[in-house]
Amino acid sequence: RGGEEEEEEEEEEGWHQLYPGHIPTSPLQKALLAAGSAVMALYDPYRHDMVAVLGETTGCLALPNLRDKMKNHPEGYRILQERPRIRLSTLDMARLQGLPDGSLGREYVRFLEDNKVSPDTRMPPKFVDDEELAYVIQRYREVHDLMHTLLGMPTNMLGEVAVKWFEAIQTGLPMCVLGAAFGPVRLSARKLQVLATELVPWAIRSGLNASCILNVYYEQRWEQPVESLREEIGIFPPP
Amino acid sequence: VRLCRCGCRALLSRPAGALRALRGLAAGPEMHFGFQTVTEAERREKIYQVFESVAKKYDVMNDSMTLGIHRVWKDILIHKMNPSPGTLLLDVAGGTGDIAFRFINYVRSVRERQLQRKLKHHQNLSWQEIFESYQKDKLNSLGDSQVVVCDINREMLKVGKQKAQHLGYSEGLSWVLGNAEELPFDDDKFDVYTIAFGIRNVTRIDLALQEAYRVLKPGGRFLCLEFSHVSNPLLSRLYDLYSFQVIPVLGEVIAGDWKSYQYLVESIRRFPPQEELKAMIEDAGFFKVDYENLNFGIVAIHSGFKL
Repeated sequence: RGGEEEEEEEEEEGWHQLYPGHIPTSPLQKALLAAGSAVMALYDPYRHDMVAVLGETTGCLALPNLRDKMKNHPEGYRILQERPRIRLSTLDMARLQGLPDGSLGREYVRFLEDNKVSPDTRMPPKFVDDEELAYVIQRYREVHDLMHTLLGMPTNMLGEVAVKWFEAIQTGLPMCVLGAAFGPVRLSARKLQVLATELVPWAIRSGLNASCILNVYYEQRWEQPVESLREEIGIFPPP
Repeated sequence: VRLCRCGCRALLSRPAGALRALRGLAAGPEMHFGFQTVTEAERREKIYQVFESVAKKYDVMNDSMTLGIHRVWKDILIHKMNPSPGTLLLDVAGGTGDIAFRFINYVRSVRERQLQRKLKHHQNLSWQEIFESYQKDKLNSLGDSQVVVCDINREMLKVGKQKAQHLGYSEGLSWVLGNAEELPFDDDKFDVYTIAFGIRNVTRIDLALQEAYRVLKPGGRFLCLEFSHVSNPLLSRLYDLYSFQVIPVLGEVIAGDWKSYQYLVESIRRFPPQEELKAMIEDAGFFKVDYENLNFGIVAIHSGFKL
């Protein structure tokens, strides 16, 4: 019967798809995916898709928590309603570039150019079994680059780990916690020292002090100076 | 999709001939792609895309999913074939070359033993004569055996050719792009025809079997290695559990491709069981059709002869 149930479940996959790209999974499959993606992400750090899968399969407690935080905040609530997406097609890059130095929009574009990254490389969620939570994790991924901008951290290993510490405190996502804990494994001793003495304490303090970063409607604040936004959210200036 | 499955259940009670016809041909214009219902053209396209996407990780995934046992299955196939030097083999859906390389290794070792035996008999020849005869035979290390690897998918052939180069196979090996349902070869050409883990992906199995019959010489042998049905109920449940729960996860983690491996598992369930496939092979004109279960029916080797 178990096998038959399995077959029926898989068969009805098409009907159980909650959003485009959704792959319904059983609890056993989620557990296997979580374990497998964790191992693979450590083994091959270039497998960003594995980090994404890990986040999705382990986020069952943190994601509803985040969603509720958003629902109970006026700006967060609006974001959940309007579902803005940060993509090259939705961003007016020319306008953002034209904004004054020090503004969120200008600094964000500068960050993208300096680090040669694009907002379009974020993986869409596959294994989250709730359509709203799928949006929450998508929003978290798309806001990640803005985190880099607000925290003033580059996309090298050191910068990424610092941002992960901040995100771990802010979101409680197990994937962030694991990334924060295991990321430093690949760093040199000197960098570890910088991380331990300066970056991590600052990231933790900022994370604890700041309000929920998903409750900020960034798309409506491109003109706002980065420093003012930092103050508003409660992020301390980077060391 | 549920309709399709209940439909299949009903079909099982119909006379065997009708069911065979249904499995061999498209049921109307609609066919199955795993557990989905698609048209014939859609199915071909989807399957092509699956293999295009998995080609590079095909071998790694095979090892992971079967814990390396697929190598044993393929070895058994070649041993069953027991090719002698001079055999002309057509390996259809041969993609990454596993069967072709094994064939070459086997024939080479048979050839070597042949040469050794020959030398043993030449007790009274001079050193010069032995040397010359050895030279002549050495050039022919495969004894004129040849294998043609035919596959419909360019990516799989590409991977196969790279592997061949990497492993040092060049003699007696050809790579041809072709469709099992319409082979680009003349009648009565080959001594042996193999299709290993490929016939499941063919859209018109009956046509593929007819083509196999056509291109084989009289006396030629048809060999098919394919996933089949496990009759033992306990084992069947464990196998289902492993297939549906673990394999797509492996696909996602190792190859970043859940859907292709979901398709793989579903296509195995859809494929005709041992007796049915045997009947289809007989329908194509083969004689002495038989099958051998490996691992309780997880895999089966079907064999038939063109007389």
